[in-house]
Amino acid sequence: MTITLLRRLGPPLLGGVVALGLTPPSNAAEELRIGYVAPTTGIFAQVGKDMVDGFQLYLDDVNSDFGGAKVKFIVEDEQAKPDTAVTRAKKLILQDKVHMLVGGLLASSGYALAPVSTADKTVYVVPVSAADDLTQRDLAKYPYMVRTGWSSSQPSHPFGQWACDQGYKKIVAVGADYAFGYEVIGGFQRAFEACGGQIIQKIWPPIGTKDFGPYIPTIRQDADAIFTLMVGPMSLQFPKQLAASGNKKPVIGGGTSYDEFVLPSMGDEVIGHVSALQYSAALETPKNEAFVKKYRAKYGKVPSYYSETNYTTAQMIHEVIKNNKGNFPGAEEFVKQLATLKLDTIRGPVTIDEMRNPVQNIYIKKVEKKKMFGYDKEELWNTVIKTYPNVSQFGQFKKDEFLKQPVYSRDFPPCKFCN
Amino acid sequence: MKSQHIKVLIVVVALAAIAIIIPNTNSFVILLATRALAFSILVMSLDILLGYTGLPSLGQAAYLGVGAYLTAILATRYQFGLGYDFWLVVVLGILFAAALAAIFGLLAIRATGVYFLMITLALGQCAWGLAYRWNSLTGGDNGINLRARPKFGIDLANEVTFFYLVFFLFAVSLLLMYTLVRSPFGRSLAGIRERELRMKILGYNTWLHKYIAFIIAGGFGGLAGVLWAHTAGIVSPENVVLTTSVDALLMAVLGGAGTLVGGVIGAFIVFGLREYLSTLVPWWQYALGAVYVLTILYLPTGLMGIPERLRQRRAATANREDVKKMAPVTS
Amino acid sequence: MNTQFWLTQAFNGISYGALLFLVGSGLSLIFGVMRIVNLSHGSYFLLGGYVALSVIWTTGSWLLAIPVAALTIAAVGVAMERVFLRPLGFDPLRQVLLTVGFAFLFQQAALDIWTGNNFDINPPDALTKSIVVGGLYLPLYRIFMIGTALAIGLVLWLVMEKTRMGAAVRATVDDAQMARGVGIDTSRISMLIFALGAFLAALGGVIGGAFLGIYPGLDFEMLPIAFAVVIIGGMGSLGGAAIGALVVGLADNFGKALFPEVSYFTLYAPMALILAVKPTGLFGRE
Repeated sequence: MTITLLRRLGPPLLGGVVALGLTPPSNAAEELRIGYVAPTTGIFAQVGKDMVDGFQLYLDDVNSDFGGAKVKFIVEDEQAKPDTAVTRAKKLILQDKVHMLVGGLLASSGYALAPVSTADKTVYVVPVSAADDLTQRDLAKYPYMVRTGWSSSQPSHPFGQWACDQGYKKIVAVGADYAFGYEVIGGFQRAFEACGGQIIQKIWPPIGTKDFGPYIPTIRQDADAIFTLMVGPMSLQFPKQLAASGNKKPVIGGGTSYDEFVLPSMGDEVIGHVSALQYSAALETPKNEAFVKKYRAKYGKVPSYYSETNYTTAQMIHEVIKNNKGNFPGAEEFVKQLATLKLDTIRGPVTIDEMRNPVQNIYIKKVEKKKMFGYDKEELWNTVIKTYPNVSQFGQFKKDEFLKQPVYSRDFPPCKFCN
Repeated sequence: MKSQHIKVLIVVVALAAIAIIIPNTNSFVILLATRALAFSILVMSLDILLGYTGLPSLGQAAYLGVGAYLTAILATRYQFGLGYDFWLVVVLGILFAAALAAIFGLLAIRATGVYFLMITLALGQCAWGLAYRWNSLTGGDNGINLRARPKFGIDLANEVTFFYLVFFLFAVSLLLMYTLVRSPFGRSLAGIRERELRMKILGYNTWLHKYIAFIIAGGFGGLAGVLWAHTAGIVSPENVVLTTSVDALLMAVLGGAGTLVGGVIGAFIVFGLREYLSTLVPWWQYALGAVYVLTILYLPTGLMGIPERLRQRRAATANREDVKKMAPVTS
Repeated sequence: MNTQFWLTQAFNGISYGALLFLVGSGLSLIFGVMRIVNLSHGSYFLLGGYVALSVIWTTGSWLLAIPVAALTIAAVGVAMERVFLRPLGFDPLRQVLLTVGFAFLFQQAALDIWTGNNFDINPPDALTKSIVVGGLYLPLYRIFMIGTALAIGLVLWLVMEKTRMGAAVRATVDDAQMARGVGIDTSRISMLIFALGAFLAALGGVIGGAFLGIYPGLDFEMLPIAFAVVIIGGMGSLGGAAIGALVVGLADNFGKALFPEVSYFTLYAPMALILAVKPTGLFGRE
């Protein structure tokens, strides 16, 4: 009897099973191809690695699943050369058919990739490249670009106000001689002088300077404090040499001077130095603590802002895709949605302004030696001593006036009090 | 001179093959080929100095830089060079680069061998310093962004069209340089490379010959720069950095110095390894380094020298056979 | 600009010159004896620093790191000379290119072994202080660099001038063929000198590392500087290297301090000018 039953039910059952197999699932999961451009070889390889690691950590956290879409993460090496960045981007767009480009380290890479995004009508998300004008005076040229990181002068504007509040009246600025240096210091100078301070001297050691011997003795003695903007190896050497020269003045600086990328290799000479950035690994929030612990366990180092900004960028992309039920809504729509996103991230609440740059907290952080997050060794951390909420790229200044003035450069703002 | 005709034929066929095959591959390959061709012009210009005159220059990137920056500045600041005036920019690029070579040459030509290497390195670094520091003109480390490719009846924004343009200028350069090296002037350059003293005794003004060669090489470097600017769409001090000059030198030696096309082969191989292999495997740098080292050790005349070496080896073996046949038989 | 300023700048320039001597002397010797232009010299410098870091990380001893790093890199130098450079014979262009090829390989290997993070070599605490002399802050580490350079310079000079080995080296520099004619084993001398050159470079890396940091790219940054020293001082001349180092150190320092606008040219412009006038360098002989 059973056999006859099976024979009767068999075909419809089989048919049903086959039919189920052939029917596509109700929410068609797209593959989301993200093309990532970073220097993975060459002298910036470690920074590139931190960038990729940050993004990858987020992907691991959500199993590469963005609201139903399966993420294909393709990383290409730009070797920190703008033309290589362009070639790689083209490869990602033309050959791998990515839905969006993410990445770029240096300002020149950002300026190289942005036009590619316009020409090929591809989304370009910028987590690191901080060149001010990308989202200021040049914005109209790049309708497919959204910045999720920061602009160079963004932290400097509130920092200038903070410096006035400390009672500093005269400050000497020592910064790396390139556009990033000009923008960080320029923003600080404008803000500091707007509340009554004076920048009395600007010194620009060339990029790659290791011996600051020629420059340190020229620092004016009547300064109340020294503002430094250093990157990479320069960040390590300048404070040491400054201390060895007998400097007793307080030292403050741009975020990259003391960022966690270089902090582990620094010594006690930087204790007490204050800087400003939209992130500190010592941010005492549960979200950040979890992130730092997870990152450190996986990669063996405390995350720098390069890692955090990429993690957060991945999170933001995820949010937009999730809102589209796992589908990529097309380049224009994606840009529109990303540009109107409000999200609570590791670095705090982030929204994007109408010029497609983040509006976020800026943390004033001071280097301290202590134990944090349950680690048993005393280490250097950037303790947050003040938070300025909702800081946009224009800071305390009005957007229209701001844009009428030229971009910060070596000679702008002019050094009125230098003589 | 039959073998010479055969060589020319092979080159022509190879060029035709490139012109026909490349545009039918995907856009990425076309882009790479375009870049390799543009850079090859620089490598060939270096070969004139290195392979034919015996002057190893570590500063050719400076001329690439002049051509590239000139193009970029004219395009962005003066809206010049985006139409038929593109051809004017080409001419200007060559002239300005040649002018720089004329100045640098005055300082460099007296030196030879290693010292020439050093002084061209120093001059190249000065050019880099200038590109980096002269912010108001060059945009400093931000570089200059060329927004669009020229349009004059044809739209160079189209990758295939641009490829043909670069290919055309490359072929013209190759032809001109080939004519140069086979001319009496070119022959005297080779003579200087072999035995400068002898040439001087014979009454040649070797300094002038070298100086002119230097200027010509600079001019072609400028042409390469103009094309390079439009290939990537961005010009930055990275184009003038020391490793660019080193690259050109290595490509010339890899392919075979003194053969002109050797440099082109070298360029394609290095670009292929760097751009293509690097997308496949992470250890491509070792592969590239190994290629350099092995070539220098075992193929001193480069890849183009392989047929000659094979021929020599065959001749040597034949010789040995002959000698054996001639050897008296002791009984 | 008071006397304090001038004295501090002079002191800084001299200490920088001391470091340059450590870097440049090895290169000068190698060229003088073997006519090899060693473009891996910067790599030896950097690798010396990296090896020192590894020693410090495992044993905690900075003192031990110095000889270990220098000797390791000397060994690397010997290997490179015997296996790769010797077969090339006298062919300056190919030597240059071979050493460049190796420089790229070394750079990648260093990245793979030690990662690309920026490191600092930390000398013993005692050396990180500064002494105050008449209102001038003199960092002890700079004094240490000057002292080391002087010591090494002295030892080298004594060996070159006062020992038979040194005489053999000088003979080889002057005329290798004649030296062989009188029975000097020039190939052994070459190997020795190459090892010594690498040793000095690595030493420079360890000592300089505490001053400059250790990071990817340092190799190619130090290379032109080493060449500037050798060119200005003359290839093959130890005394020339010392003077070249001092000149470069002071010129670079004062140039940057007084005319910051030309910071990028303080090194290369003098180099180009000197070569234009005297292609073998100030003290070189050809």
